[in-house]
Amino acid sequence: MQVFIENLAASHNYQPTRLLLILRAIQARYHYIPQPAIMQLAGLLDIPSTQIIGVIEFYSFFHLVPRGQYEVLISDSITDAMLGKHKLMDYLSEKLQLTVGAVRNDGVVSLDNTSCTGLCDQGPAGLVNGYPLTRLDRSRLDQIADLINQQKPLDEWPRELFRVDDNLIKSGMLLDRPIARGAALDATFKRGLQETLAEINQSGLRGRGGAGYTTGWKWHLCYEGSEQDAFCDVAAQQQQQRYVICNADEGEPGTFKDRVLLNSYADQVFEGMTVCAVIIGATQGFMYLRGEYLFLYDKLLAILDQRRAAGLLGNNILGKGLSFDIEICLGAGAYICGEESALIESLEGKMGIPRNRPPYPVTQGYLGKPTVVNNVETFLAAAAIAEQGGDWFANIGTDKSKGTKILSICGDCQHPGIYEYPFGTTVQTVLDDCGADDVLGVQIGGPSGTFISNQEFNRKLAFEDLATGGSFIIFNNSRNVLDVVNNFTHFFAHESCGFCTPCRVGTSLLKKQLDKIIEGHGSAGDVVALEELCRLVKNNSHCGLGQTAANPIITTLERYPELYQAQLKKISYEPGFDLDGALETARRMAGRNDPAAHLAQTEAEHE
Amino acid sequence: MANKIRVATTSLAGCFGCHMSFLDLDERLLQLAELVEFDRSPITDIEHCTNCDIGLIEGGVCNSENVHTLREFRKNCKILVAVGACAINGGLPAMRNFIPLEECLSEAYLDGIGVENPQIPSDIELPLLLDKVRPIHEVVKIDYYLPGCPPSADVFWKFLTDLLEGREPELDYGLVHYD
Amino acid sequence: MSKTITIDGKTIPFEDGQTIMQAATAADVYIPHLCHHPDYTPHGSCKLCTVKVNGRNCSACTFPAAEGQDVLNNIKELTDDRQKITQMLFVEGNHFCPSCEKTGNCQLQAVAYHLNMLDDHFPLFYPHRNVDASHPDLMIDHNRCIFCTLCVRASREHDDKDVFALSGRGINKHLIVNSISGLLKDTDMDMHDHAAHICPTGAILIKRTGYQVPIGERIYDHQEIDAVSLATEQQHGE
Repeated sequence: MQVFIENLAASHNYQPTRLLLILRAIQARYHYIPQPAIMQLAGLLDIPSTQIIGVIEFYSFFHLVPRGQYEVLISDSITDAMLGKHKLMDYLSEKLQLTVGAVRNDGVVSLDNTSCTGLCDQGPAGLVNGYPLTRLDRSRLDQIADLINQQKPLDEWPRELFRVDDNLIKSGMLLDRPIARGAALDATFKRGLQETLAEINQSGLRGRGGAGYTTGWKWHLCYEGSEQDAFCDVAAQQQQQRYVICNADEGEPGTFKDRVLLNSYADQVFEGMTVCAVIIGATQGFMYLRGEYLFLYDKLLAILDQRRAAGLLGNNILGKGLSFDIEICLGAGAYICGEESALIESLEGKMGIPRNRPPYPVTQGYLGKPTVVNNVETFLAAAAIAEQGGDWFANIGTDKSKGTKILSICGDCQHPGIYEYPFGTTVQTVLDDCGADDVLGVQIGGPSGTFISNQEFNRKLAFEDLATGGSFIIFNNSRNVLDVVNNFTHFFAHESCGFCTPCRVGTSLLKKQLDKIIEGHGSAGDVVALEELCRLVKNNSHCGLGQTAANPIITTLERYPELYQAQLKKISYEPGFDLDGALETARRMAGRNDPAAHLAQTEAEHE
Repeated sequence: MANKIRVATTSLAGCFGCHMSFLDLDERLLQLAELVEFDRSPITDIEHCTNCDIGLIEGGVCNSENVHTLREFRKNCKILVAVGACAINGGLPAMRNFIPLEECLSEAYLDGIGVENPQIPSDIELPLLLDKVRPIHEVVKIDYYLPGCPPSADVFWKFLTDLLEGREPELDYGLVHYD
Repeated sequence: MSKTITIDGKTIPFEDGQTIMQAATAADVYIPHLCHHPDYTPHGSCKLCTVKVNGRNCSACTFPAAEGQDVLNNIKELTDDRQKITQMLFVEGNHFCPSCEKTGNCQLQAVAYHLNMLDDHFPLFYPHRNVDASHPDLMIDHNRCIFCTLCVRASREHDDKDVFALSGRGINKHLIVNSISGLLKDTDMDMHDHAAHICPTGAILIKRTGYQVPIGERIYDHQEIDAVSLATEQQHGE
């Protein structure tokens, strides 16, 4: 192992920023990160061992104790649950003869849950040693269990198990007509760099991750500096090394558009990054690819190589004397890294904890240098705009939301997949197109977004109405809203980074309080207490995760207050834990089961 | 007599320290006696409380009997008050929460040093232990909290006189202590 | 003319580069805090110092003061939230003040007193956490850690040692130390390090000193944290 670690560290030039990639390699080989490896790495990378342990314990895909040689993870996404995930999990657990969360005694296999894998259009889905398993059903699970029990190497498993389809169902101005390789850069150089930035501004393009910051302005600030930012030394800004980062950490449950864009439009995404780089004067770019999309990694590397060979990356791009290259970094299972400053921390080889802002990344980003972070779809659109011009884009959409939005549609509909719509399209239009009927409601923008009821389907997808990063989950009338809210609330508690008090403790309290109500232990004041807690977490949390973690409860409580009230008992108070259950150990040890050895949950039941 | 405020007190999983502190009211007890009549309390030996205005609960909930007592108080007291650290957060008895109950009972009755005739006590008269000690607000609704280990006599005085004189009880800085 | 902000209507001068917390402290305005210490890089994690800046919630300890900011600090909405956030810190750990050496000198407790916190409000977590008493002069009681990272920062920024770090995610966050055994005795920690003296709670204690000052005669037994904090932090700021 010592030699392996030494070579591994050497291959990464002993750079602490590469810590995640190094740990991924160790985890893949040993199925955990052994203690000696941590101490050796601390020496080789010249960082405290605590930083390495911190990173291991922060990311879901790293472990301090051995996992199975086959690490099987099944997605916890609400859409997978709707497709029967829970029963399948029980089946697989029985089939493999191990409990969920455990490693089998022979060390061959471990089984656990994982947050949404970005395969909601072809679930139930999972991962084995990081590679996606799709369309799981009992027969596939039989097959998988057999392969594991025979200890068949992963590359000998039938390819069909790993098949990931694009499911591109409706394309619009961007997906209809991908640009030819190099066309956007050609156009950029022909038109002029500042002139191209003007076109990006003219297009009205706003960030596609959901927050909707104006892309051209972000690029401008990164280059020129910001007078408004107290941390920004405007004079020094233009002298600095700058970075371009593509945020491909698509973790919002129900979102999978970036998976498709990177599988079939990666060239154009890289071209968008390169256009940005030549405009702002960056020489280095990164794509932060979520760990769940490991299956795209080699393909993306190959495309980068092709682009280098074509003179579109590397030194002297298209003979214009500008240099830029792109490196792909993989995440390791942490939703929070989709937040841009957490992503930057992660790229620097640290825990993904969102930074204090200001300073913003455009002033102090990667390694403290000015950095543009944009979504995959934003770079895709930017490349198209660089080629076609701003007006072409601005002519589509609404007043404040120009162009189109690419949606990941899943849940209760006939045709889950990728759809591109002009901004301003109504929810009803989308529902009609994807074959959804008897709809109860739609979760727009994922758990951190908004739940809308079937009274609101005339609302429009646009920043001025329903903003979305692309997640569009449909629920029909057979679904229970509280099940959905419960899934989302548990998700946030699991993914909270734990940095700030209101989110670290608050998301766990939200989970407890919601569980109390859903499990029927709620009484008169419990919904009010829940609302109060929602407000507290939303208003006081450090970053977007905490500020939106209560949205599933808030948006459904607004629309379906009676659903919550119906869960409550008509008494003034009930304990939030199982009182009689709390006597179980004492009963067993005392060998009692008489009436006095039991407690009713509430006073009323007692009488 | 008829117009006196009826007060009940009890100690659940507590040490009676809060009750002792209450007695530190000393000569003010005489003043209080003009206004207050004690119902169920260690002071009176009345076994069950009926129709009280104020119930003062010391101690957390560690066994089934505590639950019954607490419910009796909740049912019969208009205002229920958590008195002292143990009632509020479980206090020192709750430090057993980090050891599984099975281990606690085994150590005490089966395999601890000096245990003779090892057996887990089992009698229908004996209350069973809960797996964790709980603060009382996790079992019934509580109206007021008097922190301290114990709350000083001044805390009791301030709280009761505020209530008796129709003010919303407030504890000033110097009266709030957790130790 | 120097630049100014207003806090609760009071005009307060500031210098470029100062945070709202720094400007407030210099002007004798107390903003409750636990993870902030004037000697160390602001962290912004406890969120007790949340103030409204032009209507928006910001952490006073990290947010830069800027000309004309209208800051609200001592208003009911914020102090209510601060009390709830303090209650969160109490329920997520195991804070049994009567059995803690730090009682009366504890800033968590003092902030709670200041906010008139009388109960825990939320259900208690009773997490299982360890005590590391391996070091000859120091001990860590993880039950009382509130993840403020003051020891992490003091060890890194002042002691030049990197003894401490936070690890884990979400509610599983925990303090770890830099040694092969994971124990404090095997680090290069010394009882004279700043990191040994900076803990706002009783999580890091110097052994054999706990009861030199009797309970009842300690810092916050007679003084409120706003006065103590302003007095000590103004000195540090000089």
